[in-house]
Amino acid sequence: MTDAAVTAPGVSWFSRLKDSRVGPVSFMILVIMVIWYAGAVYLNAPRVIEQFERGKVQWTASQLMDKAWSMKRPILPAPHQVAVELNKTIFQKKITSKRSLVFHAWITTSSTLLGFAMGGLLGILLAAGIVHVRTLDRSLMPWIIASQTIPILAIAPMIVVVLGNLGLTGVIPKAIISMYLCFFPVAIGMVKGLRSPDPLQMDLMRTYSASTSQIFWNLRWPSSVPFLFASLKVAVAISLVGAIVGELPTGAVAGLGARLLAGSYYGQTVQIWSALVVASVLGMALVYTIGLIEKFTLKAMGAKS
Amino acid sequence: MSNPDTAAPASAKNVVEARKLSLVFGEGESAVHALNNVDLSIEDGEFVSFIGPSGCGKTTLMRVIADLEKPTGGEIMVHGGTPEQARLDRAYGYVFQAPALYPWRTVRRNALLPLELMGMNKALREERVAKYLGLVGLEGFEKKFPWQLSGGMQQRVSIARALGFEPDLLLMDEPFGALDEITRDHLNEQLIHLWQETKKTVVFVTHSIPEAVFLSTKIVVMSPRPGRINKIINCSPPPDRTLDWRETNDFLEVAHEVREALRAGHSYDD
Repeated sequence: MTDAAVTAPGVSWFSRLKDSRVGPVSFMILVIMVIWYAGAVYLNAPRVIEQFERGKVQWTASQLMDKAWSMKRPILPAPHQVAVELNKTIFQKKITSKRSLVFHAWITTSSTLLGFAMGGLLGILLAAGIVHVRTLDRSLMPWIIASQTIPILAIAPMIVVVLGNLGLTGVIPKAIISMYLCFFPVAIGMVKGLRSPDPLQMDLMRTYSASTSQIFWNLRWPSSVPFLFASLKVAVAISLVGAIVGELPTGAVAGLGARLLAGSYYGQTVQIWSALVVASVLGMALVYTIGLIEKFTLKAMGAKS
Repeated sequence: MSNPDTAAPASAKNVVEARKLSLVFGEGESAVHALNNVDLSIEDGEFVSFIGPSGCGKTTLMRVIADLEKPTGGEIMVHGGTPEQARLDRAYGYVFQAPALYPWRTVRRNALLPLELMGMNKALREERVAKYLGLVGLEGFEKKFPWQLSGGMQQRVSIARALGFEPDLLLMDEPFGALDEITRDHLNEQLIHLWQETKKTVVFVTHSIPEAVFLSTKIVVMSPRPGRINKIINCSPPPDRTLDWRETNDFLEVAHEVREALRAGHSYDD
């Protein structure tokens, strides 16, 4: 994508997009659709056939497909069923309604963003500490790595229970679970980034007898920006995962996690799949937004276009 | 350095004074004697070149003067104090082998960097940067980023950056080593003008004999294993010299003397 942007300065963004992206992307969507529809037939057929046989009906292949793609509670709903559900829950409902997916997506987004902000900050602070204090380098790193070896599904309920006892409910416990996941890539990436200035650039600061904080703000921090954005992209995606996972044990009534949970209680696979689609679109939007900010920031910092 | 023994009367005049200076990297059998018993005085206003093959300690000696390395033996004084004191006083400007520009800063802001760190007021530092970017022939390039400049121009930015806070001592570590010969000749001429205009003391590391002879009032010939000074050649090149001066007998004589001294250092090795 960046290559195309370099080679065609005069061409409008739309035709550049068309040239570089639309073809391959629509082909991939087509392939996925074919596999999805075929999968829906394959997975739902046994139950459809069972119904036919119980009713002692003669059935054809096209009838089978029709039925397999329009079940009320299919094993795997067909794409158009999900699309209809999405249309109904996104565009046909008021945003404030509890049946609106926009409402649920917003609930999840808010704890994602809060957790992402806290996790990003924590990651940067840990990295700054590790880079500057030798003892922290030795003592903190094993704990940071250990923290990520615990499955989040195991620790999430504990966090919720403990924080609930402290009187913290609602968005805070979910954000903390997000933070727990997303500080990690930021800390690891920023340790590397803050150590990325080459010896010559560091020597230069020394000849100016620059203070530690001057070196940090004028050299280490700007050097680490590419590393920061790379880790923020990972962090925002897993922050969303954290927020959704955080909604499961809270017995939350709102949020994409709550939709998934409710859907699985009542076998509403169409509802589950719509929530999944929204979650992935949301994730992509978040990563893309970080990418956009990255692009503008690096451009302002003089990166080659 | 409050040791009274070291306060020699000559040091007041001398910018750099080294006596029996040694630096050993590592210990035991793997120890590398980067500098061995180096005696050197550099007077105010001199242009001194360190010349020698790789590993002769010329860069190390420069780094000791700049307090980027600590000597393991002997004494060194810079501006009559320790190198550390000189560094803390920002008494020297250092030009590295590579330009070491910060890629996220424009040419102007790269040159501003030391002045910002030193807390100079805004009007003065803008004036200084404009002056020295002009002196190295870079007006009109202030808003460019380093990658938009050629290697020679980048190195000129780093020279302007070192000049900006007007240190009395300029330490230049093979600043033109990575450049092509045409650019290098051109920058050599510019450097002579600069030195004559600013009357600074310059210490210059090179492994090019013509460069050393063309630029210097004093040539320090060094040899490796252990890094040491072989010979110090004083010379008096004409102040109004151009590149053509390199074809004169005066020039060739000094160049010959340097080459002989370098050869002597090598034969000692075999």
